[in-house]
Amino acid sequence: MSWWNRPGPSLAVGAFVLLLAGIALAFWWVPEDVDQGFSQKIFYIHVPIALTAYACFGWGAWKSFRLLWKGQEKYDLESYTAIHIGVIFGVLTLVTGSIWARISWNVWWTWEERQLVVFLILFLFYSAYFMLRYSIDPGPLRQRISAVYALFGAVLIPVSFLAVRLLGTLLHPNPLLTTRGPQMSGSMLGTFLVCFAGVIALGFALYQTELAGKRLDRRLRELRKALA
Amino acid sequence: MSTAEKYVTAAYLVVLAFVLLYVVLYAFKMSRLEREVAELAELAAARDGRQAEPERDRSVVG
Repeated sequence: MSWWNRPGPSLAVGAFVLLLAGIALAFWWVPEDVDQGFSQKIFYIHVPIALTAYACFGWGAWKSFRLLWKGQEKYDLESYTAIHIGVIFGVLTLVTGSIWARISWNVWWTWEERQLVVFLILFLFYSAYFMLRYSIDPGPLRQRISAVYALFGAVLIPVSFLAVRLLGTLLHPNPLLTTRGPQMSGSMLGTFLVCFAGVIALGFALYQTELAGKRLDRRLRELRKALA
Repeated sequence: MSTAEKYVTAAYLVVLAFVLLYVVLYAFKMSRLEREVAELAELAAARDGRQAEPERDRSVVG
């Protein structure tokens, strides 16, 4: 079996090493931001987690598209797992963002920032996916309805991502990666990239692990039914 | 430790706690799956035993 089919353990080790290195760089190597001071160091974990959440929701939507296109059952479980992991990263985005807001703006949450509200809508949309999924009996109908719902949510991903760039901002920091290149020093960009690689590897490792567990669970249920 | 340092550390610890919680929940799931595999193995063994019995009876008679 190739590495690509079972990358879970290697990815988990890679994620652990990269995250450890990233945290060490963020806390002890990279200089403090001139405007925000020490609190800006949340950026190195908050932004990669938010980007990984987008990637997971996007991956889930892509797998849903594949299900509707090809009609293969395996895409349903892959889409469901990606959205499951995306929701976990969504919770972490909201929690780390709230902590950053508390230091910088002295509030845990503000409704005036449209990009926060758009991300919350995206998160709640995909959280409701599970309610929809489990309100329908297992089978092709559930797979198709879940896939259509997940695909609709994909529209919100670019809206949420671009909201920081297009809607203007009152309090939320401006994007540091723009079309004019990175708006930060080389050390900050290097630290960010190490953390981003670590978080995306962690996301993929969790996805692979969760998918393997769900597949095993399904096979056991089928086996139990066959033996009964 | 300044207030900013406390909050930043808390943010990183929250992430770590979530990952640890996931690992713990996954360990519970793995032990449940192991239990189920053991139950199914017992079920399969009992089924094999039931199928083997008539053959044994036949061999005694023959």
